[in-house]
Amino acid sequence: MGSKGLSRRDFLKRTIGTGVGAMGLSLLSGGNWTKEVWAKEDVIKVGVLHSFSGTMAISEVSVANAELMAIEELNRNGGVLGKKIVPVIEDGASDWPTFAEKAKKLLLKDKVATVFGCWTSASRKAVLPVFERYNGLLWYPVQYEGMECSRNVFYTGAAPNQQIMPAVSWLLKNVGKKFYLLGSDYVFPRTANLIIKAQLKHEGGIMVAEEYVPLGHMEFSTIINKIKAKKPDVIFNTINGDSNVAFFKQLKNAGITADDIPVMSVSIAEDELRGIGGELVEGHLCAWNYFQSLDNPINKKFVENFKKKYGEHRVTDDPIEAGYIQVYLWAKAVEKAKTTDVDAVREAARGVEMDAPEGHVKIDPENQHLWKTPRIGKIRTDGQFDIIWDAKKPVKPDPFPAIVSNKVCNWLRYPKTGIGKRK
Amino acid sequence: MDTGVLLTQVFNGLSLFSILLLMALGLAIIFGLMGVINLAHGEFMMIGAYTTYVIEIFFSKYVNGAFSMYIFVALISSFFLTAFIGFLTEKTLIQHLYKRPLDTLLATWGLSLILQQSFRNIFGANNVNVDMPKWLIGSFAISQDFNLPYNRIFILLLAILCVGGITLFLFKTRWGLRIRAVTQNRNMSSALGINTRKVDSVAFALGSGLAGIAGSALTMIGSVGPSTGQNYIVDSFMVVILGGIKSLLGTILSAFTIGEIQSVAEFFSSSSMAKVITLVGIIILLQIRPKGLFSMRVRA
Repeated sequence: MGSKGLSRRDFLKRTIGTGVGAMGLSLLSGGNWTKEVWAKEDVIKVGVLHSFSGTMAISEVSVANAELMAIEELNRNGGVLGKKIVPVIEDGASDWPTFAEKAKKLLLKDKVATVFGCWTSASRKAVLPVFERYNGLLWYPVQYEGMECSRNVFYTGAAPNQQIMPAVSWLLKNVGKKFYLLGSDYVFPRTANLIIKAQLKHEGGIMVAEEYVPLGHMEFSTIINKIKAKKPDVIFNTINGDSNVAFFKQLKNAGITADDIPVMSVSIAEDELRGIGGELVEGHLCAWNYFQSLDNPINKKFVENFKKKYGEHRVTDDPIEAGYIQVYLWAKAVEKAKTTDVDAVREAARGVEMDAPEGHVKIDPENQHLWKTPRIGKIRTDGQFDIIWDAKKPVKPDPFPAIVSNKVCNWLRYPKTGIGKRK
Repeated sequence: MDTGVLLTQVFNGLSLFSILLLMALGLAIIFGLMGVINLAHGEFMMIGAYTTYVIEIFFSKYVNGAFSMYIFVALISSFFLTAFIGFLTEKTLIQHLYKRPLDTLLATWGLSLILQQSFRNIFGANNVNVDMPKWLIGSFAISQDFNLPYNRIFILLLAILCVGGITLFLFKTRWGLRIRAVTQNRNMSSALGINTRKVDSVAFALGSGLAGIAGSALTMIGSVGPSTGQNYIVDSFMVVILGGIKSLLGTILSAFTIGEIQSVAEFFSSSSMAKVITLVGIIILLQIRPKGLFSMRVRA
């Protein structure tokens, strides 16, 4: 319990700073206080469900920061439907059953209009039945492995065909044919590699090895030795979390640089690079839809506001940006539906567009994922990216890539289950 | 297969051995000698790691000229700071729980959670980056594909130094004699006029200090984050348990066995599989020798 109490106090500090202090207080004194205060005012409650403690806090705190920033900005401009948005913050504590329990609490007790949250696929899978059973609405901000089609979720991170697959094609064209697949041992890397292997077969690449390490793995000397023995053209890295630091440190020290064998990563971004150190990863590659270094006025404003609010040393990255824009997308859908009713908002959200920091995005009316522009960045020593390739225009999301699945997700054509056979 | 690759693999085994040994050394004293199940051992290592981070920043900001030497200052400060925190922990928490192993387990687990959240509050939820001094980056190339990373050589030497230091301390000093006496027979030592309370404090502080050194050295290999300590705790206990309670030699031999099994198995299968093979190996060894590789017979 000790850790929870502390983290809530931590919230308090954070949230008071962000101007939603009332929320922080309600966390300490239970829900009643909030009810009394807000009962007089007409407000819209939304849930923010992320890990503020435990291993995933490293990534999720920043996303929650961005979501709260978006809520605050909306409130400053009059809220939605003329009402103030009040975030109800819950800590999933990096523990999947806790996520499910908190999701239930948000939907049944707080009766929130929608929830922004989750990071890992495991936490999303844990809350999915809750959202489907009580007809809630979840906005999920992280790139993921696809193969999912839920009526109750809007996916604002990349689908496989907007990140992993374009990266593989680009590597085959520009770097080489021999791939070394290295990932953490859980659902995302394994599913991602399934797609990559199918794609390599299809586009004429060669997989020299496929290797998984347990989460939190720290000792990479043997794997690096194997990499040396297999001599791949590129390492495709789907390692998650802490292990990335160990991997890159040891790779560099074994004398393998980005010029010898570049590493393409899909799970580390600017925020994680802060903890790795740019010098270690200089020249290696990452695939995302958004980079902090994107040169457009909307992004400049976004980065400036984020730094102003949370400190000069903070950085933005793809999931942070997705967390930020999904609040706006929801708000647009609510304005369009003229209500916060979940079914009405879902229908209104189909086709909603906006000019985001990453460029133009649009909610796909059929599969509730986002049209996004795939990009590839090369890491600089300052932990930022030089963008060396982009797809020029947003790509239609495809949660079930044709090379591994014969399904399609289309809620307009299959209103009952969403899933049909690919024709 | 290339000889270079093969030789590198032999060195990798040795390197893993030295890392495991460094991780487990402090625990060998706290758990092995004193019998305290310290679940906060990983977090004690992180105290060392964060100390290293702070000192690295201090050097790069204020004494950049001597930056290449910061690691030595960091190692020494990590030792003393962690030893001091260990000392306080023993005085305020552990001391009252010596005869209650289950309570110690819960108390130190609670302590580890408190420490983790403290790191998060002080240093932020993100990992922090500790730059290595230039002379530790890169590797010593013997041939095209046989090269020894400098940081691994450094850790290997550090582990040897720590083991040497501890052996000298335990077997050549009066404090060492007292610690050995108390672990062998607490009541008898007490009757002979040894202040066992004091001995406990010193031993616990020493074990904690060694954890600090390990944490400091591991910044060269792994990450530094609030929950990184959790990654080390299982391996540390595994080494000490396989080695046998109350035996330093056992700890060394056990670190060597686990290191070699793991790196050989990993080379021929995968990391996940290597973990399985290692654990199965340990279980079989413990079936044959339930008290660990080396166990000291004591009358207590």
